[in-house]
Amino acid sequence: MAVIAYIELSGNKVKKASLETASYAAATAQKLGTEAIGLALGSADASELEALGKYGLSKVVHVNNAQLDNLDSRVQSKVVADQMNALGGKVLVFSHNYTGKALAPRLSARLNAGLVAGAVALPETDGGFVVEKTAFSGKGLAKVSINSDLKVISIGPNSFGVKEVGGSAAVETADAAVEASSVTVKETVKLSDKIPLSEAELVVSAGRGLRGPENWGMVEEMADILGAATACSRAVSDVDWRPHHEHVGQTGLAISPNLYIAIAISGAIQHLAGVSSSKTIVVVNKDPEAPFFKSADYGIVGDAFDVVPKMNAALKKLKG
Amino acid sequence: MKILVCISKVPDTTSKIAFTDNNTKFSEDGVTYIMNPTDEWYALVRGVELKEAHGGSVTVVCVGDSSNDQIIRKSLAIGADDAVRIDAQPDDSYFVAAQIANYAKEQGFDVIITGKETINYNGSVVGGMLAELLDLPYVALVTKMDIAGNEATIEREIEGGKEILSVPTPFVISANKGLAEQRIPNMRGIMAARKKPLNVIPADAGISANTSVVSYSAPPARTACKYVDADNVDELIRLLHEEAKAI
Repeated sequence: MAVIAYIELSGNKVKKASLETASYAAATAQKLGTEAIGLALGSADASELEALGKYGLSKVVHVNNAQLDNLDSRVQSKVVADQMNALGGKVLVFSHNYTGKALAPRLSARLNAGLVAGAVALPETDGGFVVEKTAFSGKGLAKVSINSDLKVISIGPNSFGVKEVGGSAAVETADAAVEASSVTVKETVKLSDKIPLSEAELVVSAGRGLRGPENWGMVEEMADILGAATACSRAVSDVDWRPHHEHVGQTGLAISPNLYIAIAISGAIQHLAGVSSSKTIVVVNKDPEAPFFKSADYGIVGDAFDVVPKMNAALKKLKG
Repeated sequence: MKILVCISKVPDTTSKIAFTDNNTKFSEDGVTYIMNPTDEWYALVRGVELKEAHGGSVTVVCVGDSSNDQIIRKSLAIGADDAVRIDAQPDDSYFVAAQIANYAKEQGFDVIITGKETINYNGSVVGGMLAELLDLPYVALVTKMDIAGNEATIEREIEGGKEILSVPTPFVISANKGLAEQRIPNMRGIMAARKKPLNVIPADAGISANTSVVSYSAPPARTACKYVDADNVDELIRLLHEEAKAI
């Protein structure tokens, strides 16, 4: 028996999301009295994989095959399932990000293993196997029992955190039968050098109250000072002031960063649904009646065009 | 081209979310149901657009009881040609995906489209399960898709960027914002929808869910908002640094 953490690779490096996956798998394994093993598919630096021991993995199995560098979920699913069986995996853990959303459901179906997608807590293992997840787009939580022998969990990014416990993982290479992929990657476009919104711990977001896309300079400046990602409300992405991938909310991306700064966003229920699990929420709005203040930890009633430049100046002072 | 679009029924986006029966059930009190937004706006509309451009047909499939017929009729009014309702309670994602796979496996669909996730369970999983059960390629969170012959060019979001892929039919995708624009059904569509076939088929009794909801709860409440004066922004930054330890 073992808990298997799916390790994502990009350019021979371990992706940040996988440090949280490893931490979660290790804590789950400890609860079950077993070990946590990482599974990495594709090209990777050995030192990157060894370092996963810091997050509690006892070993990392590396299927070192460049054919697996691209994510064809159909091809990867078979390799992951074979390794689950070979390693005696009982629980398989993914991040509930773009990769996890492509792979976890396939593995669930392939292994007939019940899936909890978007988990926010460790499994409760007293007499069963129950995992809490977000539901109703952040307006509720559901405890879900997995009733099959094998289990798949994908964890909501930032909901568990990265936990360093020390140690180094033994890296074992494994051979695998890899089918030819029918999916061809024609082009990969990196949208910017900024932090991807889905992985960001700090997010600066703005709404229609900024009156036009030309006024986003101060928002981007704040993001730069903080090392934050930028986001926006649905109204803003609908009129193409900002790209669609920045839209957070019920029908956009749901995020749970450590800090969410909402500038000139009124806080409609659909927007709150996508951001309400953020750890700290700051709201800047000139309307004291804006509903967002009810869901905020800190609020400033004031005009964004006055407050935001002052915040940037204060942040610069803090960051030295 | 044969296109299958999977739809499901969800509480309206403005619904107040509450629970009943000792927090084991979602309270339907005063809740109106709608077609899941990404199923309707992106998956269905893109399916209909492809049919309009290339010919073929769009079939809609839904797993549920007759309370789903209203959203199914709406999908027909938007432009689907026919609909199949698999008559069973959608117990969990696996159950739904396995029922749809069981129906779709003999139908020869070229393209199967789901919404990116439902707004009630937010799993983003039925499309991937369906693809696995049918042994098809699956591309999640697609923002653009065009088809020429048997080859689709697909754009999908990845962390911090996007990828442009080439995928041969048949395949499964989940539809994200950008794939299409919402269409409001017109009167002609609504009239035509009444005459389009809605076939109710029995569920496969050999399929069962492998998860179950034990209980629900409301998300933890936040403590009251701490207001800082607009002329004292330094104090906000101090609080974020020293109290919230967020920066």
